[in-house]
Amino acid sequence: MTINFTPIGWRRRVVDHFMTGVAVLTVVLVLLPLGAIFAYLIYKGAGSINWAFLTQTPKPVGEPGGGMANAIIGSMVILAIASLMGVPLGIGAGIYLSEYGRNRYGDVVRFVSDVLNGVPSIVIGIVAYGLVVLRQGHFSALAGGVALAIMMVPTIARTTEQMLLLVPQAIREAAYGLGIPRWRTTLSITLRTATSGVITGVMLAFARVAGETAPLLFTAFGNQYWNWKSDQPTAALSLQIFTYAISPFDEWHRQAWAGALVLIILIVGAVAAVRLAVKHGTLAGA
Amino acid sequence: MSHQALPRPRFDAPEPERASKAALKMDAKATPLLQGKVSEIPDALFGWTMRLCGLAVVSLLVLIVYELIVRSQLSWHAFGWKFFAQSDWNPVEEQFGALPFIYGTVVSSLLSLVIAVPLAVGVAVFITEMCPAALRGILSFTTELLAAIPSVIYGLWAIFVLVPLLRTYVQPFLAQTLGWTGLFTGPPYGIGMLAAGVILAIMIIPIISSITREVLTVVPQHQREGVLALGATRWEMIRMGVLRNARAGIVGAVILGLGRALGETMAVTMVIGNRPEIAKSLFAPGYTMASVLANEFSEATSNMYLSALIEIGLALFLVTIIVNALARLMVWSVTRGLPARNIA
Repeated sequence: MTINFTPIGWRRRVVDHFMTGVAVLTVVLVLLPLGAIFAYLIYKGAGSINWAFLTQTPKPVGEPGGGMANAIIGSMVILAIASLMGVPLGIGAGIYLSEYGRNRYGDVVRFVSDVLNGVPSIVIGIVAYGLVVLRQGHFSALAGGVALAIMMVPTIARTTEQMLLLVPQAIREAAYGLGIPRWRTTLSITLRTATSGVITGVMLAFARVAGETAPLLFTAFGNQYWNWKSDQPTAALSLQIFTYAISPFDEWHRQAWAGALVLIILIVGAVAAVRLAVKHGTLAGA
Repeated sequence: MSHQALPRPRFDAPEPERASKAALKMDAKATPLLQGKVSEIPDALFGWTMRLCGLAVVSLLVLIVYELIVRSQLSWHAFGWKFFAQSDWNPVEEQFGALPFIYGTVVSSLLSLVIAVPLAVGVAVFITEMCPAALRGILSFTTELLAAIPSVIYGLWAIFVLVPLLRTYVQPFLAQTLGWTGLFTGPPYGIGMLAAGVILAIMIIPIISSITREVLTVVPQHQREGVLALGATRWEMIRMGVLRNARAGIVGAVILGLGRALGETMAVTMVIGNRPEIAKSLFAPGYTMASVLANEFSEATSNMYLSALIEIGLALFLVTIIVNALARLMVWSVTRGLPARNIA
């Protein structure tokens, strides 16, 4: 390839400025929808949130009022089930990858978790349906939790691995030198040094599945009433938003916006709370 | 978010295996310093528990494949390969052909790429090459923020903001100017393939642009300096020194975006119109593989119906896996420092 530049003529100058303009334009075009989504969410959502919305269950079609209290709690229950299963497994797999998996077997696990990361969430929903719903005989919060847990594992495993790899090898060796066994070194020295990074990874995975709707459609299924049993159909905020958004009723549309705003606030709130706990609270110094 | 999953270069990886064995040997020699003998049982137990966790990740994938294959057998035996070539979808008469869904998935994903790729690459180029340093952090944070919004909220916004916008302004304009192509004809409902393509584009821009950015930053600085020193303008430097070197990685980023678009469910289901028809016009309603699963799975009454839907899920799974594996290989080839010319 030979590049032969003549002194910069007006044409090349114009092209250069034009392309800069194009790049700025793309940025504006990408930021526009983002701004629009947030503006709409706050404008429509804030106007519709009230005390009844946060404390009542849905009213029958046609009756004004009612809320999504059961869906808010339902989402929390499903996410708690998912985290209980997904977080320990993900962190364990991450520890394996960084401390034991620097070999061909580790490479397989690494590749598989990248593949799992790309599996469409709706397909995970089908699998959870086959694994839990068909065996139990009915939709349940547990099935929804299983679906979300499967989605959390690969993300947590890979970020945990990356965070543990950042811990200097010398620290591990210092621990071995003091006669501390390897399991204790991994848990109390390596993992502990990387805690804040690992928790960030967990919260990323959490935020990603918290708004998921597709895998819950035929696992948690949704519910118009309160349900406190983990083996019964359970309402979820994202499901409720979906149902209300595609309904023909203005009142439900209004509530869908409110639900969307609550969902975003809950996700951001949960992430912020955990970050804060890591910084100042019980986990400080961990 | 997605760039977290990318593998790091391996050359700086520590080797705990060797180091620990050495350490254990030293322990053995140093026993006089230690009180009693260190038991090896907890160590072995811990090690195998962690290996079990690693194995669990692999078995999750095996489980997914197994579930999908076993539960789609009924439909596979009834229709064979014809399942993917027939466009008749009639649950009442148990006639199932997946062609309209495959068509809808492919067209909506390609449409979204056409819209998203120039924008995403433009943003990535702006952030890495042109942007003042003070703006850089804010801009990349904001584009990543797009990736954190749940799909169902995109769908909600699309129904109430995007679709009316398309119906009243964009579609009449397109029909007038480009109607002769046959792609933009028919009544402007708003809802349809075009709306699905646009909302998908908005959703995949963050992924494409964050990975493109990653690839662009790997291009060595002296490439840029070399081209500039030859008298190039900034745009010529970007075109010849940066984009040309990073093209395999950019293609990889685009394919990753494609993988995401193929499997995206909620937002598409909410605006595509959900009609299993194959129409040339982008204004017409369509249906995708993911959205037929979302709409019909919990209502599937017969075993054959359910099995046909699961077979669609299996096909979707296989396609996204192939697309993702391809993309990862291309991104690796750049970020791991192989010469781009040999791949692209």
